[in-house]
Amino acid sequence: MNETRAETGVWIGIATISMSFAALTSALVVRQGSASDWQHFQLPPILYVNTLVLLLSSCTLELSRRRVAAGVPDVVLPPQGLHWFQITLALGLLFVVGQLLAWRNLAAQGLFLATNPSSSFFYVFTALHGLHLLGGVAGLTYVLHRLTRTARPGARSALGAASLYWHFMGVLWLYLLSILVIRI
Amino acid sequence: MPDIAAPAAVHRHAPPQGLLRRHVFSLDHKVIGKQYLDLALVAVCTGMVLSWLMRLHLGFPTVPIPGLDKLSPNGAAGGVITPEYYLSLMTMHGTIMVFFVLTTAPFAGFGNYFLPIQVGAEDMAFPRINMTSFWVTLVAFLVLIASFFIHDGPALSGWTAYAPLSAVGKDAGPGQGLGQTLWAISIALFCVAQLLGSLNFITTTLDLRTRGMSLARMPFSTWAWFITAVIGLIAFAVLMPACILLLLDRVAGTSFFIPAGLVISDRLQPHSGGSPLLWQHLFWFFGHPEVYIAILPGFGIISHILPVFTRKPLLGPRVMIGCLIAIAFLSYTVWGHHMFLSGMNPFSATLFSVPTLIITIPATIVTLLWIGTIYGARLRFTTPALFCLGFVSVFVSGGISGFFLAQPSIDTYLHGTYFVVGHFHFVMGVAAMFGIFAGTYFWFPKMFGRMMNETLGKWHFWLTFIGVYCVFMPMHYLGLAGNVRRYSAFTDDYMKPLIPLHRFITIAALFTGAAQLIFLYNLIRSRLRGPKAPDNPWEATTLEWSTASPPPFDNFGGRPPTVSHGPNEYGVPGAAGDYVMQASR
Repeated sequence: MNETRAETGVWIGIATISMSFAALTSALVVRQGSASDWQHFQLPPILYVNTLVLLLSSCTLELSRRRVAAGVPDVVLPPQGLHWFQITLALGLLFVVGQLLAWRNLAAQGLFLATNPSSSFFYVFTALHGLHLLGGVAGLTYVLHRLTRTARPGARSALGAASLYWHFMGVLWLYLLSILVIRI
Repeated sequence: MPDIAAPAAVHRHAPPQGLLRRHVFSLDHKVIGKQYLDLALVAVCTGMVLSWLMRLHLGFPTVPIPGLDKLSPNGAAGGVITPEYYLSLMTMHGTIMVFFVLTTAPFAGFGNYFLPIQVGAEDMAFPRINMTSFWVTLVAFLVLIASFFIHDGPALSGWTAYAPLSAVGKDAGPGQGLGQTLWAISIALFCVAQLLGSLNFITTTLDLRTRGMSLARMPFSTWAWFITAVIGLIAFAVLMPACILLLLDRVAGTSFFIPAGLVISDRLQPHSGGSPLLWQHLFWFFGHPEVYIAILPGFGIISHILPVFTRKPLLGPRVMIGCLIAIAFLSYTVWGHHMFLSGMNPFSATLFSVPTLIITIPATIVTLLWIGTIYGARLRFTTPALFCLGFVSVFVSGGISGFFLAQPSIDTYLHGTYFVVGHFHFVMGVAAMFGIFAGTYFWFPKMFGRMMNETLGKWHFWLTFIGVYCVFMPMHYLGLAGNVRRYSAFTDDYMKPLIPLHRFITIAALFTGAAQLIFLYNLIRSRLRGPKAPDNPWEATTLEWSTASPPPFDNFGGRPPTVSHGPNEYGVPGAAGDYVMQASR
């Protein structure tokens, strides 16, 4: 009974994060329509590379999770699962670095946070998503720590919950990217 | 005898030994609940003193208040409150009361303490997140209070922080510099804390219910906290990004809420194109559900307590829960009724008016269910029962004026007047406070193992009950007479004839506030010297009453209860006593 609580918690977190970004999306739509000062600009192409990196990280996390599930229960994480897990974390951090490069690209075009509402929303969306993603990296690191040190089933359900959150980060990014493509 | 009835072996969890872990950075939901309640007590005293200062100034605008110039040399030079400082006091009163009292006490405080026990759990689902939630709330409170001690004083744009004045910075007034920034940081932190809290409430209710505790057998208070958590999860998730955008407008030069060509204090503001209405939409999308975050736990507490003292099952238990869910759902469709005068499309006023009138239907049904429960009962007139009756009274008094305000044509006249002040103080302020008082007198024996003094409790009830009617009922007349709200004094215009009524309200407010000293004295004295409380002093059915007073660290001494009855079995013929406990021990 108790082992589902981490996953329930993540689902509730997903609901609330979705609500936050829904509010921001409505703010974007209202703000764009409220005045004629909205400037369209070219999205940095590296965003598409970042998207692939993030989707790839979801795949590697699933590979790792399957290894763990296939492994004998009550033993610590098998080494192969561990590798995929570490690759996931590296890809996650690579995504964040890629987003920072996208920011530098924008800055090079003279687009800063306060330049225009369009650039404001770009920075707000990417920054908030990035922060949530870093939270996911922290969560996965914690799960990794537990998996390699304890064999309690709690660690496995925590892995399930953390993976759910990680996949949601990918879905959320796809949503945000499509908003940015359509509106900016 | 084989251990069939209690297959779970006694698996007692001992409390931690360290002083800090036990009392300060505790993971125990009961300690955290008490910490929230203590914080709310400090906050409510602060908020009440602020209201006294405002009332003194409104009743006696030229009389200096001794010592006030020490707190704010600029805002109250010579002890007389300036109009700007009056707005600061009003802003802080509203912010402290709505966030740090009406959200913190009935939801986070009592909910933390009793939700896990009522569902038969050892603790919340995520104790560490729970502890974080409290400490972030405390930091948010300290950040807000800090603005009293900065040079320009606290924010002055109201608890609603309407843009663009809240977004442009210092030009908009003395408190609109650092004070307003601290306000936005404080509220953003508060949102984080409440989201973490709601996460715990929902997960605990869904996943940690003990054996036999089906949803239908959950006590009404648990239902109310659960539904409130769902509302909070959505509402605070909107207010937080709104606060972030507001902060960016203030410190990073963005233009989310600040329109072009805005001149404030003779200075053209360097922003363009933002939408002040956007802030109002985001704020009230949170703000109206927030009203229900404040009052729904009160609904739950009253529905939980009334049957105990009427010795009858609550009328229509399923209808009650259905109404709570309907109110929660509808609370998200009515936010525009705060904005009839905002300049939004007049057609949308009708759109928001209709659900506002519809939401009165479940609210009325709930009230009728309470009255039906009381009808024909042989009431046990204890203090918690009196506060339940008082709750119903002030909720009806405040709710009825809502019918008028829900209609845009009437609201156009009344919206900017004291009519609204009287309305919302009754329906969400005083009603929620009565819920808190009822909960305190009812659960105190469980929380501290001692009974509160009944005589003092009854004095407290009657003085408060009469007092709040004297304070808030005349405000409706003031509003009808056209007395605008948010003004600091009415000395030289058409409102002058209304000053005697303002003086009456001021005296009543001081009197009602002083009556709360009886409550404080009762709290402290009973905590130290009250007679020892039995496990179930009120003969109630729910799980918190089947464990010790106060409950052990793991709530049930290592034996999770098995529930076999609903929470509503009072007046049962043939039962020992006249009630059946949810779990027999």
